[in-house]
Amino acid sequence: MSTTSSTAGGRTRRAFTIGGLLKQALLIAMSVFALYPLYYMVITAFKTREQYLNSQFMPPFRPTLENVLEALSRGDLLTWILNSVIVTVSSVLIATAVSVLAAYALARMDFYGRDAFLNGAVSLMVVPPVVLIVPLFLLMVEVGLINTLPSVIIVYTGLTIPISVYLLTNFFRALPYEIEEAARIDGCTTFGILWRIVLPLSAPALLTCVVVNALYVWNELLVALVFLQSNESRTLVAGLTLFKGQFSVNEPLVMSGALIATVPMLLLYLVGQRFFIRGLVAGSGK
Amino acid sequence: MTQTGAPTGRASALRSASPTKKKRRRVSLTPYLYLTPVIVFLGLVFAYPFVEIVRSSFLVPSATGDPTLGTANYKYLLGDQVFKQSILHNLILLLAVPIMTVLALLFSLILFDQVRGWKVYRTLIFTPYILAVPVVGTTFIYLYSTSGIVNEILRSAGAGFLAQDWLGNPKLVLPSIMSVIIYRELGFGVVLFLARMMSIPGELLEAAKLDGANWYRMHRHVTIPQLRSVIEFFVVVEIMTMLSWVFAYVYTMTGGGPGFASVIMEFYIWQNAFEFQSPAIASALAVLLLVAVSGLVFLQHRLRRRSESVDDV
Repeated sequence: MSTTSSTAGGRTRRAFTIGGLLKQALLIAMSVFALYPLYYMVITAFKTREQYLNSQFMPPFRPTLENVLEALSRGDLLTWILNSVIVTVSSVLIATAVSVLAAYALARMDFYGRDAFLNGAVSLMVVPPVVLIVPLFLLMVEVGLINTLPSVIIVYTGLTIPISVYLLTNFFRALPYEIEEAARIDGCTTFGILWRIVLPLSAPALLTCVVVNALYVWNELLVALVFLQSNESRTLVAGLTLFKGQFSVNEPLVMSGALIATVPMLLLYLVGQRFFIRGLVAGSGK
Repeated sequence: MTQTGAPTGRASALRSASPTKKKRRRVSLTPYLYLTPVIVFLGLVFAYPFVEIVRSSFLVPSATGDPTLGTANYKYLLGDQVFKQSILHNLILLLAVPIMTVLALLFSLILFDQVRGWKVYRTLIFTPYILAVPVVGTTFIYLYSTSGIVNEILRSAGAGFLAQDWLGNPKLVLPSIMSVIIYRELGFGVVLFLARMMSIPGELLEAAKLDGANWYRMHRHVTIPQLRSVIEFFVVVEIMTMLSWVFAYVYTMTGGGPGFASVIMEFYIWQNAFEFQSPAIASALAVLLLVAVSGLVFLQHRLRRRSESVDDV
């Protein structure tokens, strides 16, 4: 594995050394490995069943939209897409809004129990959701919210609050306090400072929060499976597991469904890559 | 949840050293007002279920109607073979953690050398992490099927005798699921480690290079020691993942099967609650899982504190 030191640490000359070639080869192999399932999903989604049976590996010579259209017309896929959008947007908005309020208090105000509250809230990040679902399920049945979108919106909001509070509190603490102090002297209210001064400065943190939580909610399975059991209330990802069961012998159709479920997050990732990375890395603290 | 009620004024203001140095010392309700919505949600989604699972895990269903108080649910689990198996399966999945850590380190170090196109590689390698687990799982069902690409490659390489029903063979199902978990989680480790490497002061690496350290020695003695806390973080996160966030893989790919060969703790909780209709057993299981996870977090805090005090010396 040892190479000439000309490539070590980067920045120095990029000579075609054996080490350099080896690194490229490893990275290409890793990228192929990472992308192959995605590639398989895409080529299969645009094949007819016959084309698929002839060759699983080659891209289709004549791509067909048949499966995508059929997936969209069968199995309530459009309803599921709409449900996923409603659930993701609502829970991310609510979680971010209430976390902003809490994080601002935790970052800028001095009160009894503050540190204990912050530690307690942050440590909830490690709680496995499966631990919570039985009592919550019974509760939702009791209050008649089972099979309705608000049930999962409430649960997702709760589940994403710990990470949101953590990210936002750290960010608010790092903002320079002088501006806020000046605003206070000028007679701005506490909420006015948060709304007019802190939030406009916090776009990166808010976006990170939104992106990380949207990814989680959109892709989540267990909660959606338990609380949304009627066909018309399902989210896309949970519906997909049902779809898979129904049409498992029709690979192109199932892969079309999978592709439809993947595209929104893939686009979000390509557009907001740095927020994904920042959010996931920020969790590591320090 | 915490002592948010009845602020006791002066004592508290003195106790917590605020980084912001507030001037006003009088007790104000404002902070609690700001916290209220979060408290409501956390109370509903976390605190209430915590209390409920503990309570119902000690309620033993009886044939005559009213449940009685007792430890029969836990006693039942002690004699339950599937429960023991599910714990064993979770522990087996932990083998993925060292594999992922080493692989993630290797690839992040290569990317850190800033070989041509490293940013593109980083984007590609991270992609699996944004895919939904059911999507990944469904795709791998096909890739791992008897006529899927894995077996086709083996056959065309003349190793057809190695071709397997990867998810249908009780001996292979766990390693197969593990490989899918590694597939999806590896990119997270790579990006995490790489981000930390980027913040290592350049002088450190320059100095090592001037001293004539080669690639291996430089990273072994300079880069990796700098990564200690982030590696520790990744290991903890992945241990948690293996113990309590792999439900979706199992549910999509095998449904716990064949037989009970891939049942894990989480799946068994869900199965007891919603397939076997025994929420009391599910609650007892949930309490045990929660205790195990909390124990690990506590242990990790202790370890971290100790290693920090060593660092300070």
